[in-house]
Amino acid sequence: MVDAAASTKGDLHLTNLVKAFGDFRAVDDLSLVIPEGSFFALLGPSGCGKTTTLRMIAGLEEPTSGKISIGNTDITYAKPYARPVNTVFQNYALFPHLSIFENVAFGLRRRGIKDVKEAVTKVLALVELGHLAERKPVQLSGGQQQRIAVARAIVNRPALLLLDEPLGALDLKLRRQMQIELKWIQTEVGLTFVHVTHDQEEAMTMADTIAVMNEGRIEQMGSPVELYESPRTVFVANFLGQSNLVKGKVEGASGSDLQVSVHGNRIVVPSARNFAKDNSDKSVLIGIRPEKISIEHPEANTLGGGVITDISFVGVSTQFQIQMPWGQELSVFEQNDGGASHLQKGDTVALSWKPEFTFALDGTADVDAGTSVNPDEI
Amino acid sequence: MKRWLSKNLIKIYAFLAFVYLFIPIAYTMAFSFNDAGKSNLTWRGFTFKNWQNPCGAPEVCTALGNSLKIGFIATLIATALGTMIAFALGRHRFRGRSTVNLLIFLPMATPEIVLGASLLAMFLNLGINPGFWPTVIAHVMFCISFVVVTVKARIASLDPKLEEAAMDLYATEVETFRRVTLPLVMPGIFGAALLAFSLSFDDFIITNFNSGTLTTFPKFVYISSARGIPAQANVIGSSMFLIALAIVLVGQFVSSRKNRV
Repeated sequence: MVDAAASTKGDLHLTNLVKAFGDFRAVDDLSLVIPEGSFFALLGPSGCGKTTTLRMIAGLEEPTSGKISIGNTDITYAKPYARPVNTVFQNYALFPHLSIFENVAFGLRRRGIKDVKEAVTKVLALVELGHLAERKPVQLSGGQQQRIAVARAIVNRPALLLLDEPLGALDLKLRRQMQIELKWIQTEVGLTFVHVTHDQEEAMTMADTIAVMNEGRIEQMGSPVELYESPRTVFVANFLGQSNLVKGKVEGASGSDLQVSVHGNRIVVPSARNFAKDNSDKSVLIGIRPEKISIEHPEANTLGGGVITDISFVGVSTQFQIQMPWGQELSVFEQNDGGASHLQKGDTVALSWKPEFTFALDGTADVDAGTSVNPDEI
Repeated sequence: MKRWLSKNLIKIYAFLAFVYLFIPIAYTMAFSFNDAGKSNLTWRGFTFKNWQNPCGAPEVCTALGNSLKIGFIATLIATALGTMIAFALGRHRFRGRSTVNLLIFLPMATPEIVLGASLLAMFLNLGINPGFWPTVIAHVMFCISFVVVTVKARIASLDPKLEEAAMDLYATEVETFRRVTLPLVMPGIFGAALLAFSLSFDDFIITNFNSGTLTTFPKFVYISSARGIPAQANVIGSSMFLIALAIVLVGQFVSSRKNRV
């Protein structure tokens, strides 16, 4: 394909990017590198600046300061039509007056490509909607429109494909299916995908690398496993899945472990998993994911004297709410493999887990950061 | 009886409302077939001769021609200018935008009789004699507001994301306007043009002040009412109604076909 767009290939660099609306900094000194060919997710609650970042990459918003480049080409101030970037818009933004075929051919035609039939047919076959080429967008279902929006973008083989909450308008079942399909398409076409979402599950399912954004900044960046198993901030710990965070005090270190006193109990945290900054009163938040806790099997880390206040059965697992002697409620997920089926409300239990599952965070941080955000409230 | 009434009251009401709306039109149409003599006030028998010779009455087709000419020119200018104003108001933020929005409504709110008289005074002060072009200018003036309001509503309903999508897909500003914005706003512009034409064609008060000796169709009907309106006026009135109806029906048919393919 003769392709002005393809001439700029390479990693996407965002350097000290700032977007201010009046006094409000929607994006605040953001720097990151998105490697070519990766599936990258910008994850965060609404208003965290992820969409603004995406719009700046697309050229629909001009940065207040900073630099955007693909490979060695600076595109910070390039017009949207002059950069090798295509977008899948949140509500698809298909042209209602054009047929599906013409929608998909739109970008090719604007770039002066005369023979579009082969490319369009091929991409429509890729999204399995070749038979709808002559229809109008209104005649398609939400899922079909979504796929056309993807086809319309990838047919141009951009250096970068941006997806702005692409699955937000679909129902849960279809969303799951499209997550797998999008991931498959990405591997198939080998383009760099930058995906913006508030849905942590969606980000984890699809992306190789996730950047968690909050208040215009990146909280943490890494693979889904890294972010989930080793969150560096309270916000990430709470926004990605659930975490039990309990206040404690560092007593000392022995070998490669940190000894932490938690309401009178001795808890061991591997030093490598201590993400707290040193502070004068040595306070930390120790964190443990609910599914890592066992009620039945004793482990090195144990917190005793908890009372079960609520049990909810959710199929694969049972979720327990347990009130600890110091008043805090912790959650525990037990697999429904028969082990915990005899437990009842009001039972007193001890919570145990392996030290290597523990992480420690800054003790001065707000324990609820990232929890009050309901991802479905948009 | 009571149950029947409560079940059918809405239908009866709708029927009566339509009767009320359509009796004058039916009357006009019926009397276009009247074998009229000097005046077309009493029914004197059915005939096709008025329809066979619509220009039979003196002056009637000259007046119609003038009205059509004024209507077409005024519509063209008012639609072009009004559409541009609508885009400016609908798509751009600038100082005085809300003032302009308000001012656009003023000609619609001003009594026609005042507009007509003022325009005449203005033309005379400028040394321009009433006639064809002053009438066109006056018509453009009062049509613009309606065009702006109609087109602006259409622009407001247009998703700005579509234009962003076009730009994202390598369309320059000009191409985006030509390929996406304009086609999507077109139904609004077309509707505005129809409205402008019917307003212009229909106008009597402002036209009467500014047309001088030029006779338009409404002026012709008004003048001849003193000595009896010829049945040909009914023929022309009925034809205009039928043409308008045909345009609407064709428009609906085309748009429903477009959506079905």
